[in-house]
Amino acid sequence: MLRKIKHLWHILRQLTGDDAYEVYLKHHAEFHVSAVDAPPALSRKEFFKLWQDNKWKGVKRCC
Amino acid sequence: MHKNLKFIGWLAVAVLGALAISAIALNRGESISAMWFIAAAACVYAIAYRFYAAWIAAKVLMVDETRATPAERLDNGRDFIPTNKWVVFGHHFAAIAGPGPLIGPTLAAQFGYLPGTLWILIGAVLGGAVQDMVTLFFSTRRNARSLGQMARDEIGPIGGAAALIGTFMIMIILIAVLGLVVVNAMKHSPWATSTVAATIPIAMIVGFYMRNFRPGRVLEASTLGVVLLLLAVVSGGWVDHNPTLRSFFDHDGLPLAWMIIAYGFAAAVMPVWLLLAPRDYLSTFVKLGTVILLAVAIVILQPQVHMPAFTQFTDGTGPIFGGKLFPFVFITIACGAISGFHSLISSGTTPKLLTNERDIRMIGYGAMLLESFVAIMAMIAATVLEPGVFFAINSPAGVVGKEAVDAIAKINSWGFAVTVEQMNQLAKDMGESSLFARTGGAPSLAVGMASIFGSAFGKGMLAIWYHFAIMFEAIFILTTLDAGTRVGRFMLQDMLGNVWPKMGETSWMPSVIFTSGLVVAGWGYFLYIGVIDPNGGVNILWPLFGIANQMLAAIALCVGTGILVKSGKLKYAWITGLPLVWLVIITSTAAWQKIFSDDIRVGFFAAANDLASKLAAGALPPEKAAVAPQLIFNQQLDAYLTLFFVAVLWVVIIDMLYATYKYLAGKPVLPLSEVAHEPSRLVENWVRD
Repeated sequence: MLRKIKHLWHILRQLTGDDAYEVYLKHHAEFHVSAVDAPPALSRKEFFKLWQDNKWKGVKRCC
Repeated sequence: MHKNLKFIGWLAVAVLGALAISAIALNRGESISAMWFIAAAACVYAIAYRFYAAWIAAKVLMVDETRATPAERLDNGRDFIPTNKWVVFGHHFAAIAGPGPLIGPTLAAQFGYLPGTLWILIGAVLGGAVQDMVTLFFSTRRNARSLGQMARDEIGPIGGAAALIGTFMIMIILIAVLGLVVVNAMKHSPWATSTVAATIPIAMIVGFYMRNFRPGRVLEASTLGVVLLLLAVVSGGWVDHNPTLRSFFDHDGLPLAWMIIAYGFAAAVMPVWLLLAPRDYLSTFVKLGTVILLAVAIVILQPQVHMPAFTQFTDGTGPIFGGKLFPFVFITIACGAISGFHSLISSGTTPKLLTNERDIRMIGYGAMLLESFVAIMAMIAATVLEPGVFFAINSPAGVVGKEAVDAIAKINSWGFAVTVEQMNQLAKDMGESSLFARTGGAPSLAVGMASIFGSAFGKGMLAIWYHFAIMFEAIFILTTLDAGTRVGRFMLQDMLGNVWPKMGETSWMPSVIFTSGLVVAGWGYFLYIGVIDPNGGVNILWPLFGIANQMLAAIALCVGTGILVKSGKLKYAWITGLPLVWLVIITSTAAWQKIFSDDIRVGFFAAANDLASKLAAGALPPEKAAVAPQLIFNQQLDAYLTLFFVAVLWVVIIDMLYATYKYLAGKPVLPLSEVAHEPSRLVENWVRD
């Protein structure tokens, strides 16, 4: 039961983008682990700014 | 044994579905339970999803679950991200389902409940859902390219340009008509106006919260926002009861339209994080919550539908919009049956998140079925009202008369029972001063929803439910308005950037202000005309929007059909070809009638000429004569706009037919732009979320 609730909570966080920063950090760690001159990860605030602006560039809502 | 059980199960679904459809189609009694609608919809969707969609996915598209999707190949942790399929479904549904499926069915209920209901069901399973799924698939195979890019790559530059222009025009008309719906819902309603006004500072508070106070904590901020919104609905009642505060929010249509126009401009120029993004979170939460609540309420309450299956207005004399059942029911209900706009989300946006091609059926086809279900619920909410009440709320003053007594007499003469006292009592229950001539569909939907919610969850709070429903519609209408203005601005900047590169810089302030101003002026014009039009404006704008939206759907289906043929799947091309032919028939017929019909309720030119001759003869009352020149100009403009839409549509069709002819005749055509197969690494690892 607890696992199910946890799973639902996880989905809800993903749906709303609440966990976007964590996903980004994970992605950053995985993809830049081998590079010597890897760019440092963005801070939560910087990332959120970029993520939000990016999200609203195209058609995101219709009728 | 297991197989037999399954077969019996599906047989039962089919029998129940057939029974439910016959029940709603053949019912000629006083009323019919809404449960038959729900049962018919559920069975039709289940069978279509299990058999038709599965067959298309397996045999026609041949989705390949071992193939890496763009989200996997181009994963950048920001916009291309392999995402859990339920999350993608949620995003996709939230993006496609706006106010359209609520408004269209409400307006189309003037023909009776049956035509709209059947079109919503059949249109969705054979047309809309197929379009969404096929577009999603082809875009996924092309690095998540947009519809316009695919049209250019696969058919030619003309198709690409047509898709771009079509999108831009739809945006303008859509925003205007949505603005009009909100204005009509707020007209002389301090409660509704103050609640809608409160959503602006609430969105800003939420925006600050997630940008600066607790960056990225979307859930916390949204919860706070939803609580504040509910408070705003309740406190709107206090505003309504306070004579001083009341006067601040009690406005005519025209000042409200100017406020919406000013708001739209501000929202397009302001940074997204301050208004647009937080409002979108709130509207998505409220939208999903309300849709679920409505479904639960309908199942608990099992309300009776009082509208007849057909009304006499199938002959084209309807008060809400003019025109016969064919083709206008198919134009009026676009969203919920088939909506071209969806192809813009299915291409470009959703494929960037899709982890596996296998989920294309669930996301592309399934989400459209859910939107169709929302449209069915809107149809139920409109038709549970007594028909007399429905027509009293939705008929414009220009048709039934300004005075309550005249309006009631007219509606009674159509054979629908309703009294002035009944309407006054209803308005009082809903906390409004009057419910006559509240066109646009939102108020009647809100009355329908309030009576359903009121009966299911307690009658005492009708006024609160009514204003909650108005807030619910207004908040995502305003989101579409903000987002649409912004997208229009980007498109315009992109186009102008070809001529003057500086204009293409999306953050150069003079360009931002200039292009936002142009877009707002575009829809602001139609909104203004709609508000001063005594016939309510919705009767003109909504069909125009329907034609434009169906035109875009036809373009998307053209792209799909073209690609199917070029992929050597001519024998399956009918899956997009059939809905395409149907759309071409209805949009061309509707456009023809809107342009050339002699009926002043239908034909733009006929209406313009009629008004011009009355004006010249001095037969118009002074307040009508004052606005007549503008109305005449607008009717003519609308006629040319319609002409433009069909012309664009036919150009794309001929372009597509020519491309397929060349392919079939073995002549050189543009090559398929599908990206080469690359095996997915996610399948082995099963990292699905």
